[in-house]
Amino acid sequence: MADAALATRPQAASRADALLTVRDLEAWYGESHVLHGINFDVRAGEVVTLLGRNGAGKTTTLKSIMGMIAKRKGSITFEGKELMHSPARYVAKAGIAICPEERGIFSSLSVEENLMLPPKVREGGLTVQQIFELFPNLKERLNSQGTKLSGGEQQMLAIGRILRTGAKLLLLDEPTEGLAPVIVQQIGHTISRLKNEGFTIVLVEQNFHFAASVADRHYIVEQGRTIDMIENRDLQANEGKLHAYLGV
Amino acid sequence: MIELLGIPPQALFGQLLLGLINGAFYAILSLGLAIIFGLLNIINFAHGAQYMLGALASWVLLNYFGVNYWWALLLAPIGVGILGVILERLLISRLYHLDHLYGLLLTFGLALIIQGLARNQYGISGLPYTIPSQLAGGQNLGFMFLPNYRGWVVVASLAVCLTTWFVIEKTRLGAYLRAATENPTLVGAFGINVPRMITLTYGFGVALAAFAGVLAAPIYSVNPNMGADLIIVVFAVVVIGGMGSILGSIVTGFGLGIIEGLMRVFYPEASSVVIFVIMAIVLLVKPAGLFGRTA
Repeated sequence: MADAALATRPQAASRADALLTVRDLEAWYGESHVLHGINFDVRAGEVVTLLGRNGAGKTTTLKSIMGMIAKRKGSITFEGKELMHSPARYVAKAGIAICPEERGIFSSLSVEENLMLPPKVREGGLTVQQIFELFPNLKERLNSQGTKLSGGEQQMLAIGRILRTGAKLLLLDEPTEGLAPVIVQQIGHTISRLKNEGFTIVLVEQNFHFAASVADRHYIVEQGRTIDMIENRDLQANEGKLHAYLGV
Repeated sequence: MIELLGIPPQALFGQLLLGLINGAFYAILSLGLAIIFGLLNIINFAHGAQYMLGALASWVLLNYFGVNYWWALLLAPIGVGILGVILERLLISRLYHLDHLYGLLLTFGLALIIQGLARNQYGISGLPYTIPSQLAGGQNLGFMFLPNYRGWVVVASLAVCLTTWFVIEKTRLGAYLRAATENPTLVGAFGINVPRMITLTYGFGVALAAFAGVLAAPIYSVNPNMGADLIIVVFAVVVIGGMGSILGSIVTGFGLGIIEGLMRVFYPEASSVVIFVIMAIVLLVKPAGLFGRTA
């Protein structure tokens, strides 16, 4: 049992300076046990990706951190505070924000209402003006219905609205999924800018090349467990291993 | 005087006004149902009983506490709304993880209990409630006589409906409500207290029903069954307008009231079924309702 738990802990997973620490995270959808032992750390200012095949548990990991999964156990600490027993709204107030895979743009809200929806949880978020600088498209379509935007614009809106709140840690779930290469590039630039602004980001990605271009470290998730961690600079050396993990 | 289509104008406008009054009640009640259904996903079968409680509360306030109509118009909805909040916290909130059917059964049971208690206490003969002196009398408009109180009912209902519509469609609070109707989990993950919002929304929907009840007290006598009779039609209105549509419920409520009134002039035999016929047609042609969004 102890060995099994240890085996799911990739090396270099224990860091004293971690902003977010996830330990032995397990989660269930109803009766089905989806996460069996997720362990990782994210230091302040880092961009960390969770890589893995479809159904490996990456999205569930983000949702569990956010408190959006009812049945979970283990430990999630953010800035030293345990969040395992907090409902989602307290996790949000602690300074974590999520951009969900399905983007979660509300069709009964205008673009402006979507953008202004998440309440401010702390000082230090971007101003609306700064968000328009990142995503000029949004400014021109403020009065449109949220879901009338193109896929790329909806993604920008989904990211833009969580930058306002003052959240320090952003959980981005496949922000490039289904988008044109030029938009993927723009999202990539945005993530780099956000990193420079001091945001910490956990990124779930299927697009491995995209992940390699923005991240500092990668955790490999397989069947609900974190099985390895690879520094971005060691990526080339580990290419064979990675191909075996991801089947690409 | 001139006749319109062979109908004396007094009769026509008289029925139109009656239709408008009924429409006002349909509108407020279906609006409350729509708001509750939108966020809670529960068909509030206790709505008619809560409307009756509003009327009964205004009668009790007047006869036991000497509280006049105007204060009752404020206090009865608040009181009945608080009762709604308690019901939601104590009972309804336990059913959110279950099928819609359970919410329907629970609220239907609550309606029967509330009506039974009222019947037991006050009988079924109806309690009279006098029109407040400020609104007694009426205006002769030339083509018809307009009782002041009925004019007031139409104006007050319109004002309440439009204010509610404005708050939901145009304000920050309304944006939270609309967003939570679509995806409560995500709205919670933004840091908004969704359970509290659900409770207050139910309370507000119930308060709307009670407000309609106070408006109705001087027109219809206060009777434990007054809501049960009305609510069947209101459900038809909600289905026609589209479940959960705010504007739809207001427009359909007034519109169907007027159609019903006109029917009483032109083809009285059909006046009591016309709404149900329209409902059947709408269900066949546009199952989501006239203003409903198809998922």
